[in-house]
Amino acid sequence: MSTTERFIPDRLQSPLQKKIKSWESLLLAVAIAIFIANSFASPYFLNAWNLSDATFNFTEKAMIAFAMALLIIAGEIDLSVASIIALASTAMGAAAQFDVSTLTLVLIGLGVGLACGAFNAILVCGMGLPSIVVTIGTMSLFRGISYIVLGDQAYRGYPSDFAFFGQGYVFWVISFEFVLFALIAVLYGILLHKTNFGRAVYAIGNNATGALFSGIRVNRVKSILFLLTGLMSGVAAVCLTSRLGSTRPSIGLGMELEVVTMVVLGGVNILGGSGSIPGVVIAAFVMGLVTFGLGLLNVPGIVMSIFIGALLIGVIALPRLWEMWRK
Amino acid sequence: MTQLLKSREMILTGAIVVLLGIVATRFPAFIAPSNLLGVFNDTSPLIILAIGQLVVILTKCIDLSVAATLALTGMVSAMLNVAFPDMPVVLILLIAVGLGTVLGAFNGVLVWKLGIPPIVVTLGTMTIYRGIIFLISDGKWVNSHEMSAAFKSVPRFEIGLPMLSWFAIVVVAIFYVAMTRTTLGRAFYAVGGNPHAAVYTGINVGRTQFWAFVFSGALAGLTGFLWVSRYAVAYVDIALGFELDVVAACVIGGIAISGGVGSVGGAVLGALFLGVIKNALPVVNISPFWQMAISGSAIIIAIAVNTRASRTKGRIILKKAEQAA
Repeated sequence: MSTTERFIPDRLQSPLQKKIKSWESLLLAVAIAIFIANSFASPYFLNAWNLSDATFNFTEKAMIAFAMALLIIAGEIDLSVASIIALASTAMGAAAQFDVSTLTLVLIGLGVGLACGAFNAILVCGMGLPSIVVTIGTMSLFRGISYIVLGDQAYRGYPSDFAFFGQGYVFWVISFEFVLFALIAVLYGILLHKTNFGRAVYAIGNNATGALFSGIRVNRVKSILFLLTGLMSGVAAVCLTSRLGSTRPSIGLGMELEVVTMVVLGGVNILGGSGSIPGVVIAAFVMGLVTFGLGLLNVPGIVMSIFIGALLIGVIALPRLWEMWRK
Repeated sequence: MTQLLKSREMILTGAIVVLLGIVATRFPAFIAPSNLLGVFNDTSPLIILAIGQLVVILTKCIDLSVAATLALTGMVSAMLNVAFPDMPVVLILLIAVGLGTVLGAFNGVLVWKLGIPPIVVTLGTMTIYRGIIFLISDGKWVNSHEMSAAFKSVPRFEIGLPMLSWFAIVVVAIFYVAMTRTTLGRAFYAVGGNPHAAVYTGINVGRTQFWAFVFSGALAGLTGFLWVSRYAVAYVDIALGFELDVVAACVIGGIAISGGVGSVGGAVLGALFLGVIKNALPVVNISPFWQMAISGSAIIIAIAVNTRASRTKGRIILKKAEQAA
């Protein structure tokens, strides 16, 4: 890994200067530019219902991305999130075959998410294993269980009021998912930026040993973050299953990549220690607008994934290239 | 150190033998020599890729783009064969290895020159390479009847063993010598074992990591050609998710994900372990849908065992500091 040099500046920047130069404002400018470009590129873009539809492109991923952001800031990663969705969705599908109530279905989805998060937490925090390999393993294990249960079959037959979570609208074009997304964004913003817990997350990401000797229960904080990531994957599973109305073992395949991309695009340092929730919110909009805009231009999904992959590498590479060029 | 590695390889060999024994109790023909050679042949692509991944993991990196590289070079090989049926197969093979090398070098440059974490680079290039297959093939399949007979015959050509097995054996032999007897081979271990010490001994850490990705890419390119010519079909999703099996083979083979520890023998045995499971499942009447979960469990168990075994016990000074480790 590269070593980074740290400088103490002679003159501190004013708060306004800092804000203008920040990653978030740059990202916001990009988001606005994409918005304008899209409205010129397609006549169907500036339509309240179309824009509302566009939010479904990112709300579920963003819900996970908030929890993932905290996890990555603390120096860990969870690549099993998409597989947790598959397993939670499979569990809900299996339960739906027994005509259980919608509330029970939701609780099962969230419970399975939480349980998967706990499993990751035990392996990473309890046994001290590296999170990358553990979650590559559980990524295969969780989805593997879905395949064992379902094989090439699919679960359908969800109760009709279950559809509300993924297809319902709270007010005019404002969908339930979007409201949930906004609510979760605010909660995570407060958690990361306004609480002791949030400070502990940053401290762990910057120096885990130092944090431990400052009296932070490192393993407990990390375990909670894995639990939260599992829980958010459960929430996303409820929304996604409700929106699709069916469960296949391949549900949400490859979504972990888009979640990580969203987090990194939002200015979170992949090596841990820095990042913000507003950044991730704007990144969610950027990715949603890009995929929606490309969709309106009839670009196939797999070609969009090239953009996502390039975006992931590009956002990290460009600032570094810029720095190299300046030297 | 070598003693420890040797014993780990012995344990793994033992595990494979036990596994074969269990299968044999229900289906004795499984351990007939001809069938075992078949299992080896079937596992050859995994062995070749695991060796490439070994080199990358030794340097503290990870290459998640191997399956996408394999698929892209495979598709290019198949399309070249269809477009120019008279092109010598050896030339296609060289182009496939060359293309794999270029794709690996791209990963390597991003890691070396820009210092981007390998997991991010290869997650990104994984989707990019996979997307490029769609762009060049238009989502269409290249089917068996479009390929020339010479193209399809390469991995099947028998000299005692099928050519596919020979490719794996030669790769294993070359890398065994390279990793133990050459400067670059030892540099891979040095970079992963202690990057700072490696710098002081005059090893360029970034460039060594670059070479690791180049090797991984070249081997993935070779496997791409072999894969497509063996299965005689090329499409966007071939070997989808195979990178997980490759990482699993390495982890099972005792290669430490933190770098610096591992051997060619371990990678081969890890791949064979998975290969035996994969081939045994249908024989003992377990649905192939179990395979994914079994690979996942194998990764988790292997990493738990490895980390437990290699953990050095420090002296406890502060009682509560124990939880840090």
